[in-house]
Amino acid sequence: MAELRVTGLWKAFGAVEVLKGIDLHLPDGAFVSFLGPSGCGKSTLLRCIAGLEDLTEGAIHMGDRDITQLPSARRDIAMVFQNYALYPHMTVRKNMAFGLALNGMPRAEIDRRVALAAETLRIADLLDRKPRQLSGGQRQRVAIGRAITRQPQLFLLDEPLSNLDASLRVTMRAELAALHDRLGVTMVYVTHDQVEAMTLSDLVVVLDKGRVAQVGRPLELFHRPANLFVAGFIGSPQMNLLPASVIRQSADDITLALHGATLTIPTAGHDPIAAPAVTLGIRPDRLEIAPDGDLSGTIRLAERLGTENHLHIDLEGGGSVTCITDGTHPARARDRVRLRIPPADAHVFDGRGNALPRRLDPATQALITDTNRPADPA
Amino acid sequence: MARTFTYGALIFLSALFVAPFLWTLLTAVKTEAELVAWPPVFWPEDWRWENFATSWAEQPFGTYLQNSMTVVVLSTIGQVFSSSLVAFGFARFRFPGRDPIFVLLLATMMIPWDVKMIPLYMEFNFLGWINTLKPLIVPAWFGEAFFIFLLRQYIMTVPMEIDEAARMDGANPWQLYWRIHLPLMLPGLVLVGTFHFMNAWNDYLGPLIFLNDQTKYTLPLGLGLFQGRHDVDNIAIAAITVILCLPPLVLFFFVQRYIMDNALGSSVKG
Repeated sequence: MAELRVTGLWKAFGAVEVLKGIDLHLPDGAFVSFLGPSGCGKSTLLRCIAGLEDLTEGAIHMGDRDITQLPSARRDIAMVFQNYALYPHMTVRKNMAFGLALNGMPRAEIDRRVALAAETLRIADLLDRKPRQLSGGQRQRVAIGRAITRQPQLFLLDEPLSNLDASLRVTMRAELAALHDRLGVTMVYVTHDQVEAMTLSDLVVVLDKGRVAQVGRPLELFHRPANLFVAGFIGSPQMNLLPASVIRQSADDITLALHGATLTIPTAGHDPIAAPAVTLGIRPDRLEIAPDGDLSGTIRLAERLGTENHLHIDLEGGGSVTCITDGTHPARARDRVRLRIPPADAHVFDGRGNALPRRLDPATQALITDTNRPADPA
Repeated sequence: MARTFTYGALIFLSALFVAPFLWTLLTAVKTEAELVAWPPVFWPEDWRWENFATSWAEQPFGTYLQNSMTVVVLSTIGQVFSSSLVAFGFARFRFPGRDPIFVLLLATMMIPWDVKMIPLYMEFNFLGWINTLKPLIVPAWFGEAFFIFLLRQYIMTVPMEIDEAARMDGANPWQLYWRIHLPLMLPGLVLVGTFHFMNAWNDYLGPLIFLNDQTKYTLPLGLGLFQGRHDVDNIAIAAITVILCLPPLVLFFFVQRYIMDNALGSSVKG
């Protein structure tokens, strides 16, 4: 097992810069997700770590070893590819044994490792089949099995569940979490699915346009997004973001004018903001329908999902928000409603999109820092 | 109705292709009188199977067969190996000038054999290879543009992730070629092998130019000996032609499964 350090990593394909100065510390034994929209550079970053792409600039260290210039095979890293990349002409057994045989491992040890991995992944009865005789889920298991047999220091998984159907994805997600707990090895997981990242990870690295937008524990990203990008990306439906202006501010709160209303938002101590234009963020499930609410608007669309309603509301002062209410709430389309923004649940972002530190209640604070896994964010 | 038409068309076309071979076979077992009879005799009255043995014995066809087999086997191995290796290089390595070199390679397909004949003779003469089988074998070990193109396209259908997975497993470029791509392009190799086998087996002009000594002759040259200036032994020509057709037919019978088969199967998602 080993920690991984990425320092000042730049990667360009010709004139196109894909990764722009990535600095990361992935702790030993952690399950880390690279999360971001398509084209943010998460797969390229993974491939750089794997040694499948040369770095334009920067360094990668695994433990004490500088692996920047090492070929893939000598990095002690195994990778599970998005499309499995099983060798089609080999049986499952040979697929899993291929890397070990190439490295000259004795036959008995190869057999032992293959049997162990097959048992772990419940594919022992498939060992003599070819990949084309397997279902998607089985192929995925074989791909993971091929990685396990090598007993690497680091696992890289490039959107491994994206080709599976929804129910199988949920099953495999749980199996991956169990596998990580059992092996205790560092795993890096690339996904654009925030549910996968939030449920599996000890640590999530959110990437935006080739830069790290934020690194943190899943709930930390949710409750303390560092900037507008993370605030908008994490959480579904998206956080409501409304333009506001600063009326006054002190060290531990800030008063904003918003659609004619005045709101005082507590902060955990912030530097004074120079420009008055800021953005107020409030998650849809925190927005409340109340007769004495700060904002008023008209419901454009009411989506009734059973346990909850998603109300899309056009605000009187311009703009729109989404509000989640209990499934029994009677609100309908074209109803006029008033909305209350609980100050403790609001997020404030300065003119450059950076979040002001939020003051959290002790229970939420404990939830963020509590972890069952040995992760320690850098 | 459409089905009947399709089958009718297929039967007609099959008959069109089979007819010359059938006529040759029937000629091979006719007597001299039946051969020159007018109106022509289609079905021989007395099937002279001994014509095959007699014709075979008229020339040292055992030696010719041995020479042909040497040329065909060695050059086919060389062709399959070298073309696939070069194709792998063009398909999977990035190096300066790769694409212009590939275009140059393809351009060589436009040079007709007739143009290359004399320079090749001079070259092999310089090397002292005239009247040996080397000019018929060695060039095949340097690849053939069409086959390289064919196999390159084949390799390019294999997802790059398979190469990357093998690289991460510790495979070097040679192991990648030998253990991953060579088995994966088996249908392509069979196709190349079959095409080259047929070309080499039927080649008349090459051996005619480079071989002088009758002990070095290949089967097509031996067959040509039946066509003298004043006399043509049509029955012997037909008999030996039928024999010559058998190996390619047998080969095709066994390999057509590989040509049709898609070895890639479903190695990746889907």
